[in-house]
Amino acid sequence: MEDNGIYLDHNATTSLDERVLEAMLPFMTRQHGNPTSRHSFGRQARSAIELAREQVAAAVNAHPSQVIFTSGGTEANNLAISGIAASYGVSQIVTSAIEHPCVSRPALAMKYRGWKLATLPVNAAGVVETATLEERLQSDTAIVSVMLANNETGALQPVAELADIARRHRTTIHTDAVQALGKVRVDFAALNVHAMTLSSHKINGPQGIGALILDKRIDIQPVMHGGGQERGLRSGTENVAAIVGFGAACTLLDDRIALHESVVRPLLQRLEQGLHRLGAVIFGAEAARLPNTSFFAFSEIEGETLVMALDRKGFAVASGSACSSDSSEPSSVLLAMGVEPDLAKGAVRVSLGPQNSTEQIDAFLATLERELARLRQLTAVAV
Amino acid sequence: MTVKTPIYLDYSATTPVDPRVAEKMIPYLTEHFGNPASRSHVFGWTAEKAVENAREEVARLVNADPREIIWTSGATESDNLAIKGAANFYSSKGKHIITVMTEHKAVIDPVRELERHGFEATFLQPEPNGLIDIEKFRAAIRPDTVLASVMLVNNEIGVIQDIESIGNICREHGIIFHVDAAQATGKVAIDLEKLPVDLMSFSAHKTYGPKGIGALYVRRKPRVRLEAQMHGGGHERGLRSGTLPTHQIVGMGEAFRIAREEMDLEIVRIRRLRDKLLAGLQEIEEVYVNGDLKQRVPHNLNISFNYVEGESLIMAVKDIAVSSGSACTSASLEPSYVLRALGRSDELAHSSIRFSIGRFTTEEEIDYTVELMKSKIGKLRDLSPLWEMYQEGIDLNKVEWAAH
Repeated sequence: MEDNGIYLDHNATTSLDERVLEAMLPFMTRQHGNPTSRHSFGRQARSAIELAREQVAAAVNAHPSQVIFTSGGTEANNLAISGIAASYGVSQIVTSAIEHPCVSRPALAMKYRGWKLATLPVNAAGVVETATLEERLQSDTAIVSVMLANNETGALQPVAELADIARRHRTTIHTDAVQALGKVRVDFAALNVHAMTLSSHKINGPQGIGALILDKRIDIQPVMHGGGQERGLRSGTENVAAIVGFGAACTLLDDRIALHESVVRPLLQRLEQGLHRLGAVIFGAEAARLPNTSFFAFSEIEGETLVMALDRKGFAVASGSACSSDSSEPSSVLLAMGVEPDLAKGAVRVSLGPQNSTEQIDAFLATLERELARLRQLTAVAV
Repeated sequence: MTVKTPIYLDYSATTPVDPRVAEKMIPYLTEHFGNPASRSHVFGWTAEKAVENAREEVARLVNADPREIIWTSGATESDNLAIKGAANFYSSKGKHIITVMTEHKAVIDPVRELERHGFEATFLQPEPNGLIDIEKFRAAIRPDTVLASVMLVNNEIGVIQDIESIGNICREHGIIFHVDAAQATGKVAIDLEKLPVDLMSFSAHKTYGPKGIGALYVRRKPRVRLEAQMHGGGHERGLRSGTLPTHQIVGMGEAFRIAREEMDLEIVRIRRLRDKLLAGLQEIEEVYVNGDLKQRVPHNLNISFNYVEGESLIMAVKDIAVSSGSACTSASLEPSYVLRALGRSDELAHSSIRFSIGRFTTEEEIDYTVELMKSKIGKLRDLSPLWEMYQEGIDLNKVEWAAH
């Protein structure tokens, strides 16, 4: 890691594992074939992709033939939502109130094309209320999509339970497992969903690659048309090096998950004890959460200001998800949980990784305490 | 001869990453791993700066404004975004599209998809040399034509279309003009300040950059609007959501910088190699160059070997990695649709080979290839009854074949 400071934003992206880089390098240099080519260069690239497909499948208890490589989580979510809804025909799309924009926005785009949207609310802890799905499924529904773990609060969602309900209604269910992968066990078969989105760069793999795990019995239309790669579901020359890297990162998942239990969870507990002491409100604290994510606020302290102040002191944290960090609107996830907009504006997300240490957490807490005191003083002067 | 086989002569399928590009990418895989969308810390800013530098490099190669460059996952996505995005955005003005039978699948298939959603399309047939007759293009225009898509350099036969003339006609008629330039960057000069082009697709991995990254040029003046095809966090001004793969973008920027600085010299060297390859292969009887030889990038030589069966030809030349037809369709045994559109017979289309020469091709490799082709074609023809009949002066087109 560089001298930029201490990285506490692992839900935004993670550093590449050295072993992953090593696996990728040959495919960035001499093994450069196009997997569609029939000569030996092409065939080597093809076998590398197929090995990675097996590695990804094995990591989430799926079959290799269920793995469709995409350019990332966003594309996989777009493919699942638009592709399955378009194939099913004009009907209803059900998502939770706390989905990542790359689920909610394609759903919105389908709304402009005639589909109805229905939302599953969450409780105060940020967990989807399963009972409402039964109600929503009274209308003809193309797809239900609920994330496995929320990117901001880390709250785990009752996806297996929702899948039971959806299957009783013969409705297709998809889960965005991007934030859950590599932090808790993710089992495609046990979740019993039809489709699941994965991303490589959240698990120490390269950026620019992800996958949709898809039950092959589900009808789906491609979003991208062309050369017919990935069984016609995702055209475009395969990103061989990144696919190889994603596969390699998946072989390291067992260790990664174990480290999240043995190292990261205790760090998070230490962090949150400190946060409580400083008077923070921790969002979703009552929910079962990812072992690495803490989303919190201090009343009367603006999140953006605090995040910038912490950055100047060398701590990289976020005021929400990276993808919406442009906007100054309060987090829609928090609003869905019924958090007051004023408090929601104070939200700061810390997401830990196995490389973080007790010393870093203590240093963070000490800096936070000083910065809070300084900011409160400034506020007092302003008032 | 001391050449290492198999010899790679398939640079139009994909190019190796230039070592200078790989070197530039690696720091962004390791220490600078931030998410460029992270606006709250230096990890994110470092990544964002690298992304913007690369955007400038891509823009400079084609003389565009960096703000006109949108990152995508590759030329296929760029083509999809341009064609479906523009057609849908402007559909209230009309629903007719003009394109060419010899376009890449990444253009043809989105157009076909639009046809399923109420659009109509004209697929122009090129002249036998692969070039479009400008007057035929003009004649295809209808009052409801909203979009035209014509590639700059063909992936199979390397011919260069007269984009400027076609673009001028599009301007006269208010038609949005998209150009797939995936095979053109680093091979022909592109000046988007002068060219009347509204949308242009680029790929990194055809120009010694990494796979999985491309770009779409979207003209600002006059402004061209698109309907986004991928929705989410609103990256790339809402036109293309998804975390930007920093290292790949950095790689594309460096690849395009090298292309800008070195293409003039590289083209001279490659033309010399191509001329040598062509001269050598023309010593073989009954060979036909597919596509115009003059209005063509020197990197591509597509040749049909008459009286040779296509599959056995590919098997026989395993020492050279070449393509029969484009890589994206070579999984099927259908003869190349590009060569068919030129009016080539199935037999000639089947027995075609695309040699594509690149940055790392050596003179020795060309010499080896010529010798290999001469010997293998000779052997295959020795086994061919058709060759024997041809040599006996029998006109094969007049032979009545018995059914069996």
